[in-house]
Amino acid sequence: MERLTFRHATKAPLAGAKPLAITGVVASGNLEVLLERTLPPDACTVEIETPIHGYGDVWEAVVADFVARAQPGGLRITINDGGARPDTVSLRLLQGARLMEA
Amino acid sequence: MSGWRQERAERDARIEAGRAHASGKVVPAGRAVDLLEAVLRPGDRVCLEGDNQKQADCLARALSLCDPAKVHDLHMVQSGIVLPEHLDIFEQGIAKRLDYSYSGPQGGRIARMLFGGQIELGAVHTYLELFARYFVDLTPQVALIAGVSADRDGNLYTGPNTEDTPTVVEATAFKNGVVVAQVNEIVERVPRVDIPGDRIDFVVEADRPFYVEPLFTRDPAAMTETQILMAMMAIKGIYAEYGIRRLNHGIGFGTAAIELLLPTYAEKLGLKGRIATHWALNPHPTLIPAIESGWVQQVHCFGSEVGMDRYIRERPDVFFTGADGSLRSNRAFCQTAGLYACDLFIGSTLQIDLAGHSSTVTQSRVAGFGGAPNMGSDPHGRRHPSDTWMKAGREAEIVGDPALMRGRKLVVQIVETFGDKLAPAFVERLDALELAKKIGLELAPVMVYADDVTHIVTEEGIANLLLCRTADEREQAIRGVAGYTEVGRGRDRAMVESLRARGIVRRPEDLGIEPLDADRSLLAAKSIKDLVHWSGGLYDPPARFRNW
Repeated sequence: MERLTFRHATKAPLAGAKPLAITGVVASGNLEVLLERTLPPDACTVEIETPIHGYGDVWEAVVADFVARAQPGGLRITINDGGARPDTVSLRLLQGARLMEA
Repeated sequence: MSGWRQERAERDARIEAGRAHASGKVVPAGRAVDLLEAVLRPGDRVCLEGDNQKQADCLARALSLCDPAKVHDLHMVQSGIVLPEHLDIFEQGIAKRLDYSYSGPQGGRIARMLFGGQIELGAVHTYLELFARYFVDLTPQVALIAGVSADRDGNLYTGPNTEDTPTVVEATAFKNGVVVAQVNEIVERVPRVDIPGDRIDFVVEADRPFYVEPLFTRDPAAMTETQILMAMMAIKGIYAEYGIRRLNHGIGFGTAAIELLLPTYAEKLGLKGRIATHWALNPHPTLIPAIESGWVQQVHCFGSEVGMDRYIRERPDVFFTGADGSLRSNRAFCQTAGLYACDLFIGSTLQIDLAGHSSTVTQSRVAGFGGAPNMGSDPHGRRHPSDTWMKAGREAEIVGDPALMRGRKLVVQIVETFGDKLAPAFVERLDALELAKKIGLELAPVMVYADDVTHIVTEEGIANLLLCRTADEREQAIRGVAGYTEVGRGRDRAMVESLRARGIVRRPEDLGIEPLDADRSLLAAKSIKDLVHWSGGLYDPPARFRNW
């Protein structure tokens, strides 16, 4: 397993007040995303456990794009990866943010 | 004057030698090896019928059992390298040279044998191209074909999977060649004469029915949200925009998803009757919901698909069927239809480079590409207009007199940015070029050339290459939809945004598509079982797809 952590400063807190959400499934080629509203409103962290080594750069790019697109201020995001492709990761993160806004 | 009838004399001698093992035209399966040893001559050009679905497998086994001292150095000229026997004969010295189109399941082994020099390769052809050469310089001396049944005169019923058979027989039988057909059974009277008996020299009653691969069955249960998102973009950003009514689909999950979104998503967009009404397409089971809900008016097929026979029989208004009720397919005709009469081809590939060239050849697999290069090309011989074709022509750069403008066929690649095992679909340089260099091919096995591709669809968006005016714009448009591959991450972000402002790169949000709506609930059928329900129980899926 490889562990990666990315910290981002955000311009705004994510809308909504939902304290917690889970999306996705732990399965081959998929991933489970846990989102918790536990950080200051101008911060977001994404912690990843992945069985596939050597994709740190790709994760960094996916997470940076997600933060720019969703402005997920206040969220601590934990990911259990089952070898998901970047497009699936991106889709799940956006789904998670949408669930927290609801 | 002996010089004018030499081929005919040789044919007569082959037939005479073969008769020793036949009763009339009929040869028992147990004598097939003797028959082949009798009619074949060293160095013959031989078509062993085998394409991506239907296989003359009994004759393939017999050929592989021939004595290499008697039968050797054959030049195989056939559509498919699919069965192990197709390559065994090269290891045994029975065959030496190869011209072919497709090698799906044998792609890994054929790559090793090509690299290892065990096969002398002519070319990796398209189907139409190989068929064309049957009539010019690759005419078979012997054709080994497959049919469903035959009578004792050799009248042949090919059944729904007619595929290559008429073309192979036409070329061989009318140029002094010998045609041997394997059939599942000898009958008193065939249901329909697909090939007249005077074109068939010997009929082998096979030990078991010929093998057919269910190549066009895509289980909706395996469809991903990413594929659904891409399908939504294709429907809204291409099908609706160009009003595409006449089209051909490849065999991937991306296009199967489009088929399953027609009665749901496309219906909601009000597109019924305005898109996807006429098809050149194998009878994909995923098309059943669109047929049943009245979207599809007509389908002409290259071949058939396992389990679709009853369904097709009950839908003669849609499919081309004979007086006997079963499907009549013909690969050569359907390829021609796809080439000249369709306004769009959409398919998938394994690699696309920065200019838009694509190939399914990788370092470890040479899968060939069948008909894709024909379907996925802009036929310069076309002379009939359609709104779709003319619109695409207007978008392409026009030079010279506008009154002499012609249209363009839409050639779309629908690919996920990463494939199996996180292999990137976008690359700086195609593996096909590496292969060509290694084995000294004069022509690299490129599937679709860049100048034919009009659009690329990925989960990240659509790149409209017709609207690009420079090589640089084209490269950035491709990088702009290449996702998180190295090619995608190497984009010039500012330039991609300016292409986006010009509508050359379009994101889901630019098309009014919410990625979160890309949900499996949009699929008209979510499983094979759903497809069976849609068909009113007429679709009979192969056992491997039955999980209920």
